[in-house]
Amino acid sequence: MKTVKVYGPGCKRCQTTEAMVREAAARLGVAVEVEKVTDARSIAMAGVMSTPGVSVDGKLVHAGGLPDAGNLEGWLRA
Amino acid sequence: MTVETHDPAPHRGTPDWLWYVGVPAVGVVLYMLYGQLIPISEWVTALFPVARDSHTGEAIAFFVYDVPKVLLLLTGIVFVTGVLRSWFSPEKTRAILAGKREIWGYPLASLLGVLTPFCSCSSVPLFIGFVSAGIPLGVTFSFLIAGPMVGPVGLGLLYGLVGWQIATIYLVFGFTIATVAGFVLGRMGLERHLQDWVRELNAGPVGDLPEVRLTLVDRLKIGAEQVREIVGKVWIWVLVGIGIGATIHGYVPEAMMLRIMGGEAWWSVPAAVVVGVPMYTNAAGVIPIVEALLGKGAALGTTLAFMMSVIALSLPEMIILKQVLTLRLIAIFIAVVASGILATGFLFNFLL
Repeated sequence: MKTVKVYGPGCKRCQTTEAMVREAAARLGVAVEVEKVTDARSIAMAGVMSTPGVSVDGKLVHAGGLPDAGNLEGWLRA
Repeated sequence: MTVETHDPAPHRGTPDWLWYVGVPAVGVVLYMLYGQLIPISEWVTALFPVARDSHTGEAIAFFVYDVPKVLLLLTGIVFVTGVLRSWFSPEKTRAILAGKREIWGYPLASLLGVLTPFCSCSSVPLFIGFVSAGIPLGVTFSFLIAGPMVGPVGLGLLYGLVGWQIATIYLVFGFTIATVAGFVLGRMGLERHLQDWVRELNAGPVGDLPEVRLTLVDRLKIGAEQVREIVGKVWIWVLVGIGIGATIHGYVPEAMMLRIMGGEAWWSVPAAVVVGVPMYTNAAGVIPIVEALLGKGAALGTTLAFMMSVIALSLPEMIILKQVLTLRLIAIFIAVVASGILATGFLFNFLL
């Protein structure tokens, strides 16, 4: 079980990112728990400056813009 | 609830060579189209059953000429900006600014504010990220002012619609205001007016992201994606702005414009700022209005002040920043920036 956090105040791209994570996980058959972090303070504490940001099991892997679908699968598989 | 399930990058399957051929090809076609806008718009205007030189005819001609012109310019500017900005990121900008002496920080922050990609929705994490990395508050403000104030969209449209002289004046003074306002705010020692939690914040370690290597095609894709997103979002503002511009162009008598926004009326500059601050629109929406105002004889200083206050000081952005700044600090921030805008307005009305 992987814990994926999507950091973002709730803009459209953040929602799209969340959907992408779920989709990629389903495609790979990886069990994930996706958490959306929308609170500005928590976003900043995680070291994210450009949203949406993505972390997998506590490690920040992406910040700013939509993640690349190929990279996303790589992070989930690792 | 609808969940977007389609592939968010529709060009994924496109081979690289098609990007290298397609981007210049589209550019050439759009450029040629841009060159034919006057005959096309005159032809469309003639289809309406009104005299070309009537008020309504003038307004229609303005509208049908400006809509395709602004949309074409916007597409080009957003694409080029998107590609150029792919070399920058808030993380890199922070690293550059964190190591600099404060005095160089202000102009540098203004410059990077223009080049760094960020949307106002992430200005809070960005603000905290900067301040927690030890970047002085004033330098952070320079960055936040310059971003919207001297944005490429506003500059590019100003260049295309009003001319290079005024675009250059706007660039120089927008940049100066961002730099000087940041410096003044920095001198004021405002750290105590941050929200409590921000001052106590011991921000986590800087997100150590693996360096992503982008190919040229990746950058072109980023540009295309930006066009889809931004033009898809602001076109409505563009239409509204051009609608207002067309109404001014067609119906407002020049004598009235001179009385309200002429150089003689000293109060027109503060009035323009007071009207401009609560107005919220994108730069793409306000430039057609500026074009019409100047065309009708509004004074340059007054018009500059109006444009700057609409673009640089927006209420929604202040509400977002309320999370990190106290009301008092927001008020000081607005006052300092507005003073810079007023000074610019008065200066140009005085000089010209």
